[in-house]
Amino acid sequence: MSDVETMARGTMGAAVADPFWGKLTWDIFPFYDPLLLVTFIGTCVVAATVVGLISYFRLWGYLWNEWFTSIDHKKIGIMYMVLGIVMLLRGFSDALLMRSHQALASAGFVGYLPPYHYDQIFTAHGVIMIFFVAMPLITGFMNYIMPLQIGARDVAFPFLNNFSFWLTVSGAILIMLSLFVGEFAATGWLAYPPLSGLSFSPGVGMDYYLWALNIAGIGTTLSGINLIVTLVKMRAPGMSWMKMPIFCWTTLCTNVLIVATFPVLTATLALLTADRYLGTNFFTADMGGNPMMYVNLIWIWGHPEVYILTLPIFGIFSEVVPTFSKKRLFGYTSMVYATCVIMILSYLVWLHHFFTMGAGADVNSFFGITTMIISIPTGAKLFNWLFTMYKGRIRFEVPMLWVIGFMLTFVIGGMTGVLLAVPPADYVLHNSLFLVAHFHNVIIGGVVFGIFAGINYWWPKAFGFKLDDRWGRISFWSWFLGFYFAFMPLYVLGLMGVTRRLSQFEDTIYAGYFFTAMIGSLLIALGIAAFIIQIAVSIRNREALKDTTGDPWGGRTLEWSTSSPPPYYNFAFTPRVYALDAWDHMKRHGFKPRSDGYAPIHMPHNTATGVVLSALATVMGFALVWHIWWLATGSFLACLAYGIAHTFNYNRDYHIPVHEVQEIEAQRHRELAALESPEAAGAQP
Amino acid sequence: MKLLRLAAPLMLLAFLTGCDLVVLEPAGDIAAQQGKLIIYATVLMLIVIVPVMALTAFFAFHYRASNGKSSYAPEWSHSVSLEIVVWTLPLAIIICLAGLTWVATHRLEPYNDLDRISATQPIDPAVQPLTIQVVALDWKWLFIYPEQGIATVNEVAAVVNRPIEFKLTSDTVMNSFYIPALAGQIYAMPGMETELNAVINRAGDFEGFSANYSGNGFSKMRFRFHGMDEPGFEDWVQQVRDGSETSLSRESYLALAQPTTGNPVTYYDGVADDLWRRALNLCVAPGVLCMDDMMMVDALGGGGLLGLMNREIFAGICAADDALTLYQLLHPDMLPEGPQPLASPVVQSPLLEAR
Repeated sequence: MSDVETMARGTMGAAVADPFWGKLTWDIFPFYDPLLLVTFIGTCVVAATVVGLISYFRLWGYLWNEWFTSIDHKKIGIMYMVLGIVMLLRGFSDALLMRSHQALASAGFVGYLPPYHYDQIFTAHGVIMIFFVAMPLITGFMNYIMPLQIGARDVAFPFLNNFSFWLTVSGAILIMLSLFVGEFAATGWLAYPPLSGLSFSPGVGMDYYLWALNIAGIGTTLSGINLIVTLVKMRAPGMSWMKMPIFCWTTLCTNVLIVATFPVLTATLALLTADRYLGTNFFTADMGGNPMMYVNLIWIWGHPEVYILTLPIFGIFSEVVPTFSKKRLFGYTSMVYATCVIMILSYLVWLHHFFTMGAGADVNSFFGITTMIISIPTGAKLFNWLFTMYKGRIRFEVPMLWVIGFMLTFVIGGMTGVLLAVPPADYVLHNSLFLVAHFHNVIIGGVVFGIFAGINYWWPKAFGFKLDDRWGRISFWSWFLGFYFAFMPLYVLGLMGVTRRLSQFEDTIYAGYFFTAMIGSLLIALGIAAFIIQIAVSIRNREALKDTTGDPWGGRTLEWSTSSPPPYYNFAFTPRVYALDAWDHMKRHGFKPRSDGYAPIHMPHNTATGVVLSALATVMGFALVWHIWWLATGSFLACLAYGIAHTFNYNRDYHIPVHEVQEIEAQRHRELAALESPEAAGAQP
Repeated sequence: MKLLRLAAPLMLLAFLTGCDLVVLEPAGDIAAQQGKLIIYATVLMLIVIVPVMALTAFFAFHYRASNGKSSYAPEWSHSVSLEIVVWTLPLAIIICLAGLTWVATHRLEPYNDLDRISATQPIDPAVQPLTIQVVALDWKWLFIYPEQGIATVNEVAAVVNRPIEFKLTSDTVMNSFYIPALAGQIYAMPGMETELNAVINRAGDFEGFSANYSGNGFSKMRFRFHGMDEPGFEDWVQQVRDGSETSLSRESYLALAQPTTGNPVTYYDGVADDLWRRALNLCVAPGVLCMDDMMMVDALGGGGLLGLMNREIFAGICAADDALTLYQLLHPDMLPEGPQPLASPVVQSPLLEAR
């Protein structure tokens, strides 16, 4: 095989750097691979169309002023969601490529992806799905919902929030660039050294990986600090810790995990970066380096990361189940403690990702048992949702469908997870397709289902109209069945001793399973398509789906007390909280919003600094990947200078005048009055 | 919908019949015990999983809003007795599982010598385990038989019911050595030695591979594992000797270590003396300081920058064999008494003179 010699190990850009162009040459463009070339041209056409349409409709000014530079937590939340969904399309295309390639390769065909390409695809799939799909989506929810739930007008540091978002985008841009300019890492999503070190991966793919994750990781850390401070300092008067909605509790625990673990990731990747750029030997095999150290460090971040994704999703379920069961959440207190216990225990289990390293029976048993202990609070949570449904009035709206789908699917993933936590069982299942099936079982069956439940639940809050029900159901059933078709065969394959990340197969006995899995991935594709159609159809029918109450589902928490979408200052009067489920409590005590006595509202100005700094960070990342030292230095200095200049900007805030607040609130009062007596409202104007 | 629920287990059954679940029905005792553990743990967990799934389906159906007959308690949100059940039921299962885990993990620790041949056959203390040294290379497996003085690539054989002791390392990136029919996997890592004790109870031709992604040729980094009776194994060893063209010297090892994909089965009828130690310590190539030597240098306080600069000086001196020489090199002015330092070219090294 000729590509073994030429492309054995991501050698692209391994040449000596030119002082001006760095390692950039004409060879970096994917002319060698027809598949990539077609994708490249297709992407260019789509991008040009989007840019053209935005220009044609003269939307640049609107996007820039209302969105890109916005420091409104709601708009930033929506931008996070958009980023997550766009990246989902990329990450899922990778999944389709892998599934179809494996289906072909296991049936005795060569398949259409050479290892050099296939290895980049599974690496990109993992990195994108975790860092640039799941993370932005849950951060989007936390950003949008949490301040509304605690009765705050924004997060604690609104500019920092915008900056964090754009740093995440910066990482996403670098990953997307790697598809067409050069190559991506072919190391697996956690890039274990020595494979990811300079001697085995001399190309630029690993450098894209490092800089993308370093830049995005800083954004995530900053956002974590921001949301913790918001929760600690900005709860409405009367909202003591134990009157906080569960979603806020899970947000708090998740962000504590982020602040405690993302610095570990940043430091670990920085050490690996030093190995690759400065010739240090932290993780090399020889010269006193220790790759096992990297594996430990990366999982000290990596396992809490699983709970960073899962906890807010548990929070979403804890909001959706009571609302659609028309009932209070069962066991609020034990739910809070379960969340905190999971947060703490998630630090004590990282070694279960590498029992097979041979740490000895005592160490392995310890980490196996701590892992199992996590299933106790998780099980308690499941029971609590179950008893919330008990003696309820369950409406099977789309969000509730996702929750039921989750409860049935997640327990299977939980069970296989505990199974993998038994070290001797892990010896035979580690790195197999059984493992792949397990973590997709919990991430799709848990995180993804929860994300869709949340999108369907809170969409009317964000946009003022509900999502189309029929397409929502089609999307749910496609995902639900698709998941079982795609991953149950992988469980079986794992028990047949098939390991992960294979691009070629020796015999054809696995073909049927891989084929079934491919059918499953096509069903999931249908689910994603149905979701996008659902959004399109809903936007077209927005008048019919309109909700003017601000509370379409009969919600229980404060976000449902505002208009939909909420005014940009959220609350004209900071609500006063007397009980858990504050909005439910207010409704039952005949709450009427005040219509006089408004005061000016203190708000921050929009700023372009986040966009500019992140753009400079992207340029710096790109320059470092390609060893264009002058550009890297220049953009870094520009970043510093711009950041310092920003601190001298004293024109940061303003007051919304009373008459403006009054106008917005009057509109809301008219809408509410119209709901109570449609004729009167019709006659009034 | 209902039809689907009924059909699902049937489909699953049809799915599983006729497929070879090697992990659950292996041919080696260790793998068999690990496979059984999977079954036990699963059954134990189903005690809580099945009720949860059934209750979910039942509650969702029974308390649907359109069912006017079910009771409705919107304010009911707390029950001490239920909370106790909710926390203790999983706790009880986990206590059982934790006990099982502790015992099984210690019994099946791959570094420990075997304590039985199979469920029915105890170990014979007179029989020495068959030692096989395994080196993961790009992208093939090298097996060294120190006892027999042979080496093979991508093919390995062992005697049925005789314990096998694998010593593993890697001369490239991290790999995982896995023969599903024999025993669970263990990592093979550069500069590290791991160990796996196992036994094969049935003659046959089994599959082995790397279970940890290691780069471009990973998919074809596979080998065959033969379980053979005693005479069969002797024949196989002879066959290796007859079929080999060279012995495995340091030079031929370095040639072999070059990256190849789908390397054919290769035999060697001899192995250079300290090849295993050199492979383990990443110093098969001439003039490279061995890891154990380097550690010795460090232990003697000669690490850091100076140690790195002195790479070629220290190369070839095995610390374990020649500690005194090394000590003298490092501390020429602190010689106690006895023979003077080596009168070899290394002493003329400018670095040492500068001291």
